[in-house]
Amino acid sequence: MYNQTEIIKDTTNLGPDGELVVNMGPQHPATHGVLHLVVTLNGETIKKIEPHLGYIHRSIEKMCESLTYRQFIYVTSRMDYLSSHINNTACALLVEKGMQIEVPERAKVVRTILNELTRIASHELWIGAMAMDLGAFTPFFYAFREREMITDIMEDTCGARLTMNYIVPGGLMYDIHPDFQTKVKAFVKQFKEKVTEYEDLVTGNVIFQSRTQGVGTLSYEDAISYGCTGPVARASGVSCDMRKIAPYDAYDRVEFDEVIETAGDSFARYIVRVKEMNQSIRIIEQLIDNIPEGDFVGKTKNVLKLAKGEFYQRVETARGELGVYIVSEGATTPYRIKFRSPGFSNLSVLDHIAKGSKIGDLMATMGTLDLVIPDIDR
Amino acid sequence: MLSLESITKTIQDWLFAKFTPQIALTIECVIVILLCITLFAVLGLVLVLLERKVAARIQIRLGPNRVGPGGIFQTAADTLKLIMKEGLTPDAADKFLFNLAPFVVMMVAMLLLAPIAFAKNFQIWDINIGVLYVSSISSLSVIGILMAGWASNNKYSLLGAMRSGAQIVSYELSAGFAVLTIVVLTGSLQISEIVASQENGWWLFKGHIPVIIAFVLYIIAVTAETNRAPFDLAEAESELTAGFHTEYSGMKFALFFLAEYINIFIVCAIGATLFLGGWMPLHIGHWKDFNHIMDYIPSSVWFMGKTFFLIFLIMWFRWTFPRLRVDQLLNLEWKYLLPISLFNLLLVTVIAIMGWHF
Amino acid sequence: MFLKDYISDVYNGVTSLLKGMRKTGYYFTHSKEIITEQYPDNRATLKLADRFKGEVVMPHDQNNEHTCTGCTACELACPNGTIKIITKFDITPEGKKKKAIDAFIYRLEMCTLCNLCIVACPSDAIIMAPNFEHSVFDRSKLTKVLNKPGSKIKEGIE
Repeated sequence: MYNQTEIIKDTTNLGPDGELVVNMGPQHPATHGVLHLVVTLNGETIKKIEPHLGYIHRSIEKMCESLTYRQFIYVTSRMDYLSSHINNTACALLVEKGMQIEVPERAKVVRTILNELTRIASHELWIGAMAMDLGAFTPFFYAFREREMITDIMEDTCGARLTMNYIVPGGLMYDIHPDFQTKVKAFVKQFKEKVTEYEDLVTGNVIFQSRTQGVGTLSYEDAISYGCTGPVARASGVSCDMRKIAPYDAYDRVEFDEVIETAGDSFARYIVRVKEMNQSIRIIEQLIDNIPEGDFVGKTKNVLKLAKGEFYQRVETARGELGVYIVSEGATTPYRIKFRSPGFSNLSVLDHIAKGSKIGDLMATMGTLDLVIPDIDR
Repeated sequence: MLSLESITKTIQDWLFAKFTPQIALTIECVIVILLCITLFAVLGLVLVLLERKVAARIQIRLGPNRVGPGGIFQTAADTLKLIMKEGLTPDAADKFLFNLAPFVVMMVAMLLLAPIAFAKNFQIWDINIGVLYVSSISSLSVIGILMAGWASNNKYSLLGAMRSGAQIVSYELSAGFAVLTIVVLTGSLQISEIVASQENGWWLFKGHIPVIIAFVLYIIAVTAETNRAPFDLAEAESELTAGFHTEYSGMKFALFFLAEYINIFIVCAIGATLFLGGWMPLHIGHWKDFNHIMDYIPSSVWFMGKTFFLIFLIMWFRWTFPRLRVDQLLNLEWKYLLPISLFNLLLVTVIAIMGWHF
Repeated sequence: MFLKDYISDVYNGVTSLLKGMRKTGYYFTHSKEIITEQYPDNRATLKLADRFKGEVVMPHDQNNEHTCTGCTACELACPNGTIKIITKFDITPEGKKKKAIDAFIYRLEMCTLCNLCIVACPSDAIIMAPNFEHSVFDRSKLTKVLNKPGSKIKEGIE
């Protein structure tokens, strides 16, 4: 047995070479969740970062094994809760692929629009939280004002604001709300007006630029070897947009650019996300007036059974490539399921790119990696 | 006309008529102390509420609006809550220093009130080295912060305190140089004389561009000196949770919080005195009628108005800008602010010697 | 030119900061931009989306009749075991035995509001209601029996 004072003495011990070991998290304002970073510091300079995971592990993959192919989709909303629509789409696409379900055009287009809206909402939240990490509080509220319009659209159509569960194998759970198109158009209009505010407040700000430029630089080779995807890899010049490489839903018929920056620093990651929002708006604008009439859900059997075998589907979430891998034994539930979540690989570069920088830089680096902890822990 | 000057004069005459000079002086001291503490409490409540309201308006919110009409009693309720909370002292902390630190910070803020002229002839202590006194005392507050950070025995606190030390020591320089420009123009360190020298126009207007530059430098430097965003590295909440006061709770935390706002008030009051004429109404050269009309507004209103304008400016900064990094903060001081203020001081000296100012 | 770069650095920095201040200053002076909703005060005018998934309810008509046949499709569709249906056998006037629900037990505390039960229901007996103020002092109050006491199944629903 040891008394309380001894524990305190123990935790205040220094590292092996007399460095300061600071526990950032699991309850820390900058980790946006229960990420625990054990940071070894030499004064203000970071020597080592060791992420400790598992505080929000809910064993979603194991849970999915006891749920049927209709039921397991809702659980995936709880992984990367900021792109829940896209997670749901990935699962639905996989089941459709495994059972050769024909998805109506209307469902495909609506899914694409909703996915892009989700991406914008996620990036909006990120831009606010990122600015907040760097000490600017106000952009958070401006970003949330636009995000609120998206959540309202989601609420109208899907009935929920965050964990929608609107996408089912074969299409959509029910038809879109009659106001959907007008509301989306209103959002697009407001977004285009208000996006300049971020330029004034954040992008152009000299303090913000000096906080992010040249900070946490990730090279092209490292981005590939660490398995980074999404905006993190694209900021380092890696072309990895699943919407371009393996188009799903209606992405093959819309025109958009894959945003690629080459600097690889925090500012490049920031710019990639801001430009991606504009590309998402471009996709929405192309599709919103051309939602085909017809069924919103294809013909499916009552009980879904995947054939025996292995299935893999990957989509582009707001954070990168989400892979769903299912081993089926031909039953109504998956035999084994695995999610390849983008956040986990993106987190793994943190130690590599933040080493040698200041504590303040860690906030910029971690902020631009856009970590969602439930996505990492699952 | 009823003014603060006549009230103090009446009280003083009455006291000296009634008592011996020693007792009268003691009673005056007690009154001044009580007034100071009351001013502290009121200022703390008002400024915290103001900050929250300004932040809310900038962030398209409403801000506190539940306690009292428009939420004006919100800070009073907060204070009540903080008084009732337990003031925890960590087990491994240096208990004496830990409990002393908030009072050191508070005391420094109180000492700074002495030379400020709140209205015409309404000043606690018109010391002949007023400006020097202010800049020397204000640099003492770093001791309280370092004490708090060290005694907490917390790594975040220590990091915050060290940052704060580096920051206050370096920004003291450019704040001092900005103050010196006015001293050069006035030729006096005494607050009352500095105010009197602005009778025919504030220094900001009659000192040409160098004084405007000095004013900007002063605002930047004091924002840093009071640990306000964008220079709030000592308590950068996304990096160090709460910096040097991480371990403080209850009323001890409230003292830190209060001291921060009192310091803002004081530096803004000094800024208003030096650059915007203190209690001196807006006078323009020889426009007799205009100056006469301006004189009807009480001098205390002028002083408070200018001070709160500067406070608003500093709050506006806080809710607009991101925070700097610690090395950039020092870069800004040593590479930009200090050379500019040195050059600026040279310019002002030339202007003062040649008598080019109005 | 070192000095020129230095001065343009300072100039660009200051203008970028002023730009940001202009934006926040605009919002400070324009109170019509405030978007705060005064939630508990505006409860009367609060309008939720008609599809909002708040909780599962079973609508009853004026004769205290519902349309639930007790087929347990919702119970099977539920991923969390939120719904439990206890059936009984009614004796119809013709003397035949007919299956009906005794209690439709719905555990709100376990519900993730995924809407799968509503989709599964063949007779539209249950719907999602836009109620969101679910806080109670006792967790057992969240376990609800959805069919009202004395209610019976509507005629003609099989």
